[in-house]
Amino acid sequence: MSERARLGLFLGAATGMAVLLAWGMAGLPAFGAFHGAYALLIDHVVVAQRHATDAVTAVNFDYRGLDTLGEEFILFTSVVGLAVLLREQRSERERPPARAGEEHRFQGASCALRTLTLLLVGPLVVLALYVDSHGALTPGGGFQGGVLGAAALLLVFLGGGYLTMRRLSPHRLVELAEAGGAAGYGMIGVGGIVFAGAFLKNFLGYGTAGELISAGTIPLLSMAVAAEVSGAFVLLWSEFLDQALIVRRG
Amino acid sequence: MRELQAALFALLALGGLAVVLTRDPLRQALVVGVYGLLLALLFFALQAPDVALSQIVVCTVAVPVMILLALAKIHGGEHDEEDRKSSPEGEPR
Amino acid sequence: MSALAYGTAGWLFLVGLYGIVTSRNLIHMVICLTVVQSSTYVLLLSIGYRSGAAAPVFADIPPGSRAVDPIVQALTLTDVVVEATVVALMLALAVQAHKRFGTLDPNELTPLRG
Repeated sequence: MSERARLGLFLGAATGMAVLLAWGMAGLPAFGAFHGAYALLIDHVVVAQRHATDAVTAVNFDYRGLDTLGEEFILFTSVVGLAVLLREQRSERERPPARAGEEHRFQGASCALRTLTLLLVGPLVVLALYVDSHGALTPGGGFQGGVLGAAALLLVFLGGGYLTMRRLSPHRLVELAEAGGAAGYGMIGVGGIVFAGAFLKNFLGYGTAGELISAGTIPLLSMAVAAEVSGAFVLLWSEFLDQALIVRRG
Repeated sequence: MRELQAALFALLALGGLAVVLTRDPLRQALVVGVYGLLLALLFFALQAPDVALSQIVVCTVAVPVMILLALAKIHGGEHDEEDRKSSPEGEPR
Repeated sequence: MSALAYGTAGWLFLVGLYGIVTSRNLIHMVICLTVVQSSTYVLLLSIGYRSGAAAPVFADIPPGSRAVDPIVQALTLTDVVVEATVVALMLALAVQAHKRFGTLDPNELTPLRG
């Protein structure tokens, strides 16, 4: 089908879709007039029931923990798919470094870039751990903290070179972290069956709202998710970097 | 607050159009980073700090990095093809 | 205001689709897909918003005060991170397609021949 025919077909379909969307959205409640019962109920009971002050994290890891398990496994599967796709093919092999003894260095790293990134790695790791552990108290949680932790390793690559990054995150350890995080979530769910009678039911003591150790299994699940998300993103970037810097067709 | 939200919605619509109309993937990586920041600002204005945190980290760190690495691989591969074709004696196997 | 909020979501969806249909580069197509994904986030969060309400974090406001919907935020939060990995998977597919066929133009990716 030619370009113009395809574009014409699309414009026709898009007009129809726009009409349907407008008709559907006309039936929605007005912007700002939300009155769903489930959400309002959760807003009222979350602090009293779970002793967690962040309702979004409590919904993610407790009230709708099963949905988060599914999302976590989507992440896991797509990273596995990517690792399979980008594995070194039979016809490829490693490109030798341009000069003997030289690392596969990020070519454009000036002194300023290197200093700045290496200075920022420490604070970023601390920030990632803070966001992870305070998931039940303030905005944050496993997903955000996990990506922040992976970003700290990316800063190491930008400032210090590719092989330094690989030395700090060996392949086995990263895969272990990712798989361990995914399995850990499932194990804590099974702990819910063993100790409290239902999968993913919150079985630890709730503590006092506002303390770091409170809200039962929510911080533990948050840590498991953080390990998985960090491992997943570091694996992603390492695969892409391998492809871009090292592998080439034989 | 309502004016801020209205302005952000309008800017977002323009931003989406800008992302689509930028045809070169290298420039698009930058434009999508800015679009992600605009989206995070909108999420803050809609009282969703958790989502905004996620969005900032993902759309300004993860996505442009992956686009740039994919582009580096693609154009590095072309470079290697030329190298291979231009050297008549084969590489050591 | 409702028209602006929901209309932006619909507009972003259609603009992203237009980008995908008229794309000449696989990587450009993948980035237009992120625009389509962001339209769903905008729609979800616009539905859950309540006027004059605060964020659903009760660390400094008394529990029971007026807050926006936490469930759509939980949905959108996990979605943002997971879609980033799906985008990575599609970029890997684009890289492999370039290795096999030497081109990134979807019009030139011919079907497999026997």
